[in-house]
Amino acid sequence: MGGSAGRDLVGPPAGFDVGAEAQAVYVMWLRQMKRFVRARSRLLGNVIQPFIFLAGLGLGFRGARIPGIPAGIDYLTFLAPGIVGMSVMFSSMFAGVSVLWDRQFGFLKEVLVAPVSRGSIVLGRTLGGATVALMQGAIIAAASAAMGASVDPLGTPAAAAFMLALALSAVGFGVAVASKMEDPHGFQLVMNLLVMPLMFLSTTFFPPEGVPEALGVLMRINPLSYPMDGIRWALTGLGYFGPAADAAVSAGLAAAMLALGAWSFGRMEV
Amino acid sequence: MVEAEGLTKVYEGGVLAVDGVSFSVAEGEIFGFLGPNGAGKTTTIKMLVTLLRPTGGSARVCGHDVVGSPNLVRRCVGIVFQDPALDRELTGRENLDYHARMYGLPREIRERRIGEVLDLVGLRERADWPVKRYSGGMMRRLELARGLMHYPRVLFLDEPTLGLDAQTRRAIWDYILTLKREEGVSIFLTTHYMEEADRLCDRVAIIDRGRILVSGAPGDLKSGLGGGGVLIARTPDPDGLAAVVGDLWGGARVTLGEGEVVAYVDDPGRRVPDLVRAADSAGVPLDSVEIRRPSLEDVYLRYTGRRIREEEASPAEVMRARMRARMRGR
Ligand SMILES: Nc1ncnc2c1ncn2[C@@H]1O[C@H](COP(=O)(O)OP(=O)(O)OP(=O)(O)O)[C@@H](O)[C@H]1O
Ligand SMILES: [Mg+2]
Repeated sequence: MGGSAGRDLVGPPAGFDVGAEAQAVYVMWLRQMKRFVRARSRLLGNVIQPFIFLAGLGLGFRGARIPGIPAGIDYLTFLAPGIVGMSVMFSSMFAGVSVLWDRQFGFLKEVLVAPVSRGSIVLGRTLGGATVALMQGAIIAAASAAMGASVDPLGTPAAAAFMLALALSAVGFGVAVASKMEDPHGFQLVMNLLVMPLMFLSTTFFPPEGVPEALGVLMRINPLSYPMDGIRWALTGLGYFGPAADAAVSAGLAAAMLALGAWSFGRMEV
Repeated sequence: MVEAEGLTKVYEGGVLAVDGVSFSVAEGEIFGFLGPNGAGKTTTIKMLVTLLRPTGGSARVCGHDVVGSPNLVRRCVGIVFQDPALDRELTGRENLDYHARMYGLPREIRERRIGEVLDLVGLRERADWPVKRYSGGMMRRLELARGLMHYPRVLFLDEPTLGLDAQTRRAIWDYILTLKREEGVSIFLTTHYMEEADRLCDRVAIIDRGRILVSGAPGDLKSGLGGGGVLIARTPDPDGLAAVVGDLWGGARVTLGEGEVVAYVDDPGRRVPDLVRAADSAGVPLDSVEIRRPSLEDVYLRYTGRRIREEEASPAEVMRARMRARMRGR
């Protein structure tokens, strides 16, 4: 025999090893961080795109009077929280969908054959995706303040809570989509047919008031509207549904999407 | 270390990939599955490492049932998958470290062990490079090292040298023999390279279409052919020549459709004149005669009636090579 000192340490003690499970969560989280920091071009793209939306739309329409936005709040201020939410959502969704790349590049097998539960793996990945998304959201929020949007720094903790709920929802959704897909092409379809319409039907770009009634109803039905509204309420004091409704729907959405993501990932074959 | 009893896998859609295989791997032994594309090698490994549920039969690894206690099995096995399974954005050291953490190794052991396995595969100098800058052979070595990180008692190697050039392949063989010697680990490997099975394995099972056709030590399998040598005669009329050979020696023989008759006989060199005379008087034309010592290729041919074409890449392999190239370029 090899006589290596570590051998007896890995003997089979219990079925569920808390230390290894915690390490698995940590490793999956850390991995997302490293990839985030190292892929500079991706980071830059992720920040610049929402920035262009913010500058293009926000500054362009700044003086416009848009029905449903109270006087005294300019469009840049209205839009900024929406763009923060949008960047959080896209960033987390990509983090979830990147499961697909891990499968494509084989790494998923290495993770799934480790003696840890899939729940820990999905949890670590979700937390990693959410952390990255929140950092990006913070950068966009700071940039919008610098451009002249009047955001309230005191609202940051509440905004962060809504952003976290949104991020968890989007990672869960992304993982669920990735688990069902054979290859990355299908993802484009989901983006165009599902995510983009939901995005426009949330309160990201315009308010749910002062629009045709049917549209207003759709926007109120769309669960994505609520975390967006919550972020806006926290940062600017302007909200259409009230913080209680925002918080309840956001939390419910996060719980549902996380459950869906974990369930789909648990059934994924490699 | 590994015991399989009637292990079977029918995929959804009805593909019978593994058809009731039974075998065992002893402690410290290298046991190999030798078989062509689609034989069921990868499917067997996936069942043994608990990534796939068998649809029939049973298997125990390190004494634990693969269905009943998958976590205990996972803890005691290491695996190198057929296709690369590294995180290419991370460095070699990070890949090893993350692996060790997920297997619950404490920090001091982790750090020492990373050094050990890096030395074992000769990658210490490149440990802090991102994996995407590694060559194919270096990635393979890193995967070997990673498979060993958590002191597994059984190491599974799925086509460890597939797609590597001859020189790199030899180097990987040396590493595999070294780790068997130094770690005392039992190894289950699959391959469709005859020479690889011959060089590395203590025992080999030939697998085709999900079934084990024969198994044993390479030397025993070769001597079991029934002769100390192989005689290959090429002719436009193989059936005619096969009849001549049968009349002449009556021993073990195989006829091939592609203009060849292969016979397993003792001392084949001294029999060539007899064969030439007999063919001549029977009026069967003879193009050439070749003699050599039996190899696993002959064993394979004997039991499957076909050759594994090592030089011609199969479509699946070409696709895989292309995928690797793409990944490298990313
Ligand atoms: N997920 C799957 N669903 C259905 N059939 C599958 C699946 N995976 C493999 N098969 C089929 O099972 C059979 C055995 O495949 P397997 O990958 O185990 O072969 P292999 O011996 O590893 O071949 P190779 O040398 O090409 O790697 C093949 O016929 C293959 O098409
Ligand atoms: Mg295979």
